[in-house]
Amino acid sequence: MQINEIVQKLGLTVLVGGDLAAEVTGGYVADLLSCVIAGAKPHDLWVTLQTHVNIVAVASLKEVAGIVVAEDAVVPAVTLEKAEQQGMVMLSSPLPVYETVKQLVALGL
Amino acid sequence: MRESSRPESSRREYHVDLHIHSVLSACAEVEMLPPLIVEEALHKGLHVIAVTDHNATGNVAAMMEAAAGTGLAVLPGMELLTQEEVDVLCIFDTPQQAQAWQAQVDGWLLPLDNDAEHFGPQFLVDAAGDFVGEDTRMRKAPAKIGIEEATRAVHALGGLVIPAHVERDVYGLLYVLGFWPPDLDADAAEVSHNMRPSQAYAQYLSLKNIPIISNSDAHFLDWIGHTRTVFRLAEAPSVASLRAALRQGAGQGFYVP
Repeated sequence: MQINEIVQKLGLTVLVGGDLAAEVTGGYVADLLSCVIAGAKPHDLWVTLQTHVNIVAVASLKEVAGIVVAEDAVVPAVTLEKAEQQGMVMLSSPLPVYETVKQLVALGL
Repeated sequence: MRESSRPESSRREYHVDLHIHSVLSACAEVEMLPPLIVEEALHKGLHVIAVTDHNATGNVAAMMEAAAGTGLAVLPGMELLTQEEVDVLCIFDTPQQAQAWQAQVDGWLLPLDNDAEHFGPQFLVDAAGDFVGEDTRMRKAPAKIGIEEATRAVHALGGLVIPAHVERDVYGLLYVLGFWPPDLDADAAEVSHNMRPSQAYAQYLSLKNIPIISNSDAHFLDWIGHTRTVFRLAEAPSVASLRAALRQGAGQGFYVP
């Protein structure tokens, strides 16, 4: 499934574009970046409340398809700038992590 | 650096423990009272300590008063929990600086009351260790301030910034943020008693060029000074002299015995 399709069906806000045609094959949820480094897989969509600038480097390292920041968590400008530089897709959902993941599961992810 | 040109002999070694909780921390034992902390620190051969309660500074003046005339230097501090959920030591010279910092932090804390039954009470005490009141604000929850912004704010007030027990899996910077943020301008990193600085450098490449110290993180008396850092200071202990020693690097300005 392409990120585009997920954005449309869930009504997510695109904070930083990038490759919205990228294929998403799974999901990962954690706010502790050491866990993400250990556990996330390429092409995962990563749902988190962590907004520190380090999330962009970790997402790039793990080659995830994109980051979904849940619960309308405020993303610092420095994080958005880093995502622009790295071409990392950043999305935002007003729903809490649990509800966001339920919707992703309902889409068949 | 200016200090490095001074002769070795003009510097003195100070045993320093910059991470000690008082009864204002809900998780500290009730024995963590100013006169007892001071007595224990002196007994353990410490010369400088900092009192660092969770998101709180309400006992720093009492701690400093309790140490007055004993030869023990007490620096007022706080263990801040940032919005990323990273613990950071903020160390100052004066109670006024600590109060100014507290006013900022209070604006970033959630408007919740402490649940003393579940988290423990947060006691305010005087220099004799007598009960003065209870801090009813929830101080265990993170403050809505990012670690870089908090660092800039503490520096603006003239304080030191040292992320605490960076390797620990609870509120440790490396665990929460994965690696030391390249733009973080902190003065040093603290490792817990579980890890030597040499191990930390070997295991975490992002700590390269970051001074690493160690403190006790004492929540009960017997632990005070268990882990410490020896600083070689050219002047009396202060934020400035500690920072100068940190900048001289491990082995020169300081070492973890």
